[in-house]
Amino acid sequence: MTSNNRLFGILVPVISVILGLIVGAIIMIASDVNPIEAYTALWNGAFYDAFTIGETIRRITPLILTGLAVAFAFRTGLFNIGAEGQVIVGWLAAVWVGLTVDAPMIIHLPLAVLAGALAGGLWGFIPGLLKAKLGVHEVIVTIMLNYIALYVSNEIVRNVLTDHGTSTEQIAASASLGSEWLQNLTLYSRMHYGILIALFAAIIMWFIIQRTTVGYELKAVGFNQHASKYAGMNVSKNIILSMVIAGAFAGLAGAMEGLGTYGSVSVISGFTNLGFDGIAVALLGANNPFGVVLAAILFGVLKEGAGEMPSAGVPTELVDIIMALIIFFVASSYIIRWVLLRFKKEGK
Amino acid sequence: MEHVIEMLNIRKEFPGIVANDNITVQLRKGEIHALLGENGAGKSTLMNVLFGLYQPEAGEIRVKGEKVNITNPNIANELGIGMVHQHFMLVEPFTVTQNIILGNEPKDKLGKINLKKAEQEIQEISDRYGLKVDPSAKISEISVGMQQRVEILKTLYRGAEVLIFDEPTAVLTPQEINELIEIMRSLVKEGKSIILITHKLKEIMEVCDRCTVIRKGKGIGTVEVSETNPDELASLMVGREVSFKTEKKPAEPKEVVLHIEDLFVKDARKVDLVKGLNLDVRAGEIVGIAGVDGNGQTELIEAITGLRKSQSGKISLKDKKITNLSPRNVTKSGLGHIPQDRHKYGLVLDYPIGANIVLQTYYQKPFSKVSVLNYKEIYNKAKEIIEEYDVRTPSEFTPARALSGGNQQKAIIGREIDRSPDLLIAAQPTRGLDVGAIEFIHKKLIEERDKGRAVLLVSFELDEIMNVSDRIAVMFDGKIVANVKPEETNEQELGLLMAGSITEKVGD
Amino acid sequence: MLDILQSIVPTVLFFSAPLIFTALGGVFSERSGVINIGLEGLMVIGAFVGIVFNLTFADVFGDFTPWASLIAATIAGAIFSIIHAIAAVSFRADQTVSGVAINMLALGVGVYLTKVWYDKGQTDMVTEPFLSTNIPVLSKIPIIGPIFFEGIYVTSYIAILFAFIAWFVLYKTAFGLRLRAVGEHPMAADTNGINVYKMRYIAVIISGALGGLGGSVFALTIVSNFSHATIVGQGFMALAAVIFGKWHPLGAMGAALFFGLAQSLSIVSSGIPLLEDIPQIFLLIAPYVLTILALAGFIGRAEAPRANGIPYVKGSR
Repeated sequence: MTSNNRLFGILVPVISVILGLIVGAIIMIASDVNPIEAYTALWNGAFYDAFTIGETIRRITPLILTGLAVAFAFRTGLFNIGAEGQVIVGWLAAVWVGLTVDAPMIIHLPLAVLAGALAGGLWGFIPGLLKAKLGVHEVIVTIMLNYIALYVSNEIVRNVLTDHGTSTEQIAASASLGSEWLQNLTLYSRMHYGILIALFAAIIMWFIIQRTTVGYELKAVGFNQHASKYAGMNVSKNIILSMVIAGAFAGLAGAMEGLGTYGSVSVISGFTNLGFDGIAVALLGANNPFGVVLAAILFGVLKEGAGEMPSAGVPTELVDIIMALIIFFVASSYIIRWVLLRFKKEGK
Repeated sequence: MEHVIEMLNIRKEFPGIVANDNITVQLRKGEIHALLGENGAGKSTLMNVLFGLYQPEAGEIRVKGEKVNITNPNIANELGIGMVHQHFMLVEPFTVTQNIILGNEPKDKLGKINLKKAEQEIQEISDRYGLKVDPSAKISEISVGMQQRVEILKTLYRGAEVLIFDEPTAVLTPQEINELIEIMRSLVKEGKSIILITHKLKEIMEVCDRCTVIRKGKGIGTVEVSETNPDELASLMVGREVSFKTEKKPAEPKEVVLHIEDLFVKDARKVDLVKGLNLDVRAGEIVGIAGVDGNGQTELIEAITGLRKSQSGKISLKDKKITNLSPRNVTKSGLGHIPQDRHKYGLVLDYPIGANIVLQTYYQKPFSKVSVLNYKEIYNKAKEIIEEYDVRTPSEFTPARALSGGNQQKAIIGREIDRSPDLLIAAQPTRGLDVGAIEFIHKKLIEERDKGRAVLLVSFELDEIMNVSDRIAVMFDGKIVANVKPEETNEQELGLLMAGSITEKVGD
Repeated sequence: MLDILQSIVPTVLFFSAPLIFTALGGVFSERSGVINIGLEGLMVIGAFVGIVFNLTFADVFGDFTPWASLIAATIAGAIFSIIHAIAAVSFRADQTVSGVAINMLALGVGVYLTKVWYDKGQTDMVTEPFLSTNIPVLSKIPIIGPIFFEGIYVTSYIAILFAFIAWFVLYKTAFGLRLRAVGEHPMAADTNGINVYKMRYIAVIISGALGGLGGSVFALTIVSNFSHATIVGQGFMALAAVIFGKWHPLGAMGAALFFGLAQSLSIVSSGIPLLEDIPQIFLLIAPYVLTILALAGFIGRAEAPRANGIPYVKGSR
């Protein structure tokens, strides 16, 4: 049973990805494009040289973190559809600290990163609190908070951080995650040290969830609140804690963008989509921290590689379609399992 | 003899198990026919086959002598078969009428439901069988007994000739049970036929004409109720001689362990359900709380265990005041609690059974140190309890969900007793279990008593209360209205006390 | 005062109409027990098809083009929603996840096809959009006429009419009774011989049709072209209206009108004495903040259909 489940656990995402790519190819054939050419362009877009590889890693970094933000909440029975808003406030807070604080790097950089995590945590605290104390469903609250984050962040950029400008100045060098060494190594890509933070965060999540009493409680509350209360756990505290930690992961993702990739924060017309992509990452990664890292790598490669696809005559949005299809297939894993079981039975 | 329904040599398989193996049931017109078997014997599966929810692998069903193929509930309805489900199939925010007409709505030309007409028709049926149902009442606002009558009306509205009652008395008060029996008799008098699924022998003896016994999925046979007795039925059901008496020495009560004084507790709707309750439980005795469901038992247990706030009064455990302490602190003060609903409270079903063993102790040494779990210690403890309490599981890593009810309950009992609590609360500890598990659990409770622990048993099964308790505290309307010794009372007297018909009888 | 009303009311109706249509779709879906986060995506598909159809067939249909576009978009939304129905009802997918995927897929498909067909990120402006009109006779009524019936989009009144039809269907007909039963207690419905899967498919497809309609009304009255930025959050706002309106068609309509008011105030407030001083940001976030407050506060106990979000597995308890 258990080994069977583990096998399915790996097979379902792999089959989903393959199916997604196949359907993508069919769409391309239907729009008169050679899919092999297009996928080659995608490959080159992600791995052509040191520069594109650096850019791909840069792209993967926040996806790992938003994936963790969704996965962590999932593991504790909560649906954090608000990673998007948590990214935005984390980004804003990190850059704000990066712009306004004057301190040596050893203090300034950690402070700015922490500010991002805290802001994201705060943005997770609100739905956590409402869920824990009033039973308000977190999905709706986090969706609403996404929009509030978007509009408030824009307002602050326009009227507080700048004088009716659309983008802030660059942050102080002492708060930057950028690295000359990494840039030299990757032909001046925007790759930065954030990838280390993201990987470290994955290990942290694994440790909390698997090895600690905190994780034991969080998961128990996610599975069964009544039994958790019976066992003497504080259900409210655990719900809030889960959303705060999840929010902090997403806030870190924002900080990576603000302190690493862009070094500034701008007025945005729509969402960054990092948070929504995080849902896809978490789902494909089966809410397991290491699965999340692998899924983030896949989606990061797809997204970065998509930039080259127009050269083969394919709009970049094809990758969004493929990603959406992969989510469908993973989410409908019941049917994939069912088909696999059928095959297995017949094979016997 | 005319048979309205015949189920001949029915076989139904599920992956891994044969739920029904060659079972035959023949229902005569106008009779009440019992289907007797332990929990999990396959009664419900068989009836779901008849009702069209499952398709049998082998065997045939005949209605009035004609072979039929019932592939969905609609066909069952058309054939005049109606089912009164154990878990009511009622939409709570809807009215009685809406629930009854659902799927068979009378409509006008615009497609608008003709509620007036439906209500009239339902009122008529209700009157004919003496059901006294208000067609315009909302389901959420009527009593459980009334809801069951709505279920009955639902089948009658669809013209059922054969009614299947699935464990209908499990949720009813003694008063409501008597009324249900009257209703069943009047149904039969009007020419209906009834299949009664049950594991309660008394009911069979009281109202049924014949009884078909199922054991572990196999049909054992059909007997005339007038020619049998409860002992014979029990041994047919279980497959061996069953003694209803539990062996135990007389109790030797010592100091008071649990002391409750003038306790008031409100339920979720802010209504007082425990109203000035006083109770003592001593070391070395089992006190059984007898009472009809809904008289405050659940709220009392929740108040003692810290799951619910008490409004006023005092609860102490070994002279330590535990009123309104958190569940964790109550547990630490020396409480073991076998909860009423093991799936809801007792276990995290998605956790391995091993992880469930440390549900209250995971944060203590040796199971964790500075918040880091020590799985080796956790699973060693789990193995120990699994062995000692005979929990049948493939391994300690198997999800609790995959275990049978009896084995889940054994694991919970092992976990609670292993902490050596001064007070053990067992709320409905044997509900839904088979005879073997019931015997095991009763034995364990008595063992704990003999070790000098105080045991508080809550059960809605009078047999259990009478057999296991050393002292019976009857609870009615939020108070203990009587303290009696099991050997000095009988079921009639207890029934009257529980119904509040006689008040105040204090033994000792 | 009259001036203010005359400038606000038509804008409120103008902004509310797409929300009302889409929210009604959400009510149908969620009343049957299927959560529909994908309303946003359904609006995207509706907007895309509405615009493309309008651009392509303006010559064929002439003055009737905008209406034909709405019909096309409605059908497209219905078809697209079948994906959600299959995933959520038949494949027992997590309904929130499936909804998120619908949103991604819709935007991906819409923009992909726009780029393939028009070789750029957005379509041209349509030549046959809906225009505001004065409704004959009614607009001549003193006071009420100028406020409610002058410079009005007919689609706004159709939306309100639809809300009443939806109410009738859900609460007065056998179909509605069955649909709501399936969302509250699917097994009870099943034992009464109602096909739970079929009802849920129908409900999701209705939500797709209404979502598509809402998206196309938005595109053809408010923006007149399609790009990745045409539908940004209107679907989620409609979802908020579903909840704010307690899963009731008329409640959802009221909530949508209220959100339309907040949106229109953020645009016309500069002309209104008192509102002028309120920073625009507050009006922008008002619908979202109010939804959260409403959920937490006075309608905190508004209960979702009991089986909402739970796949129905026949024969399980």
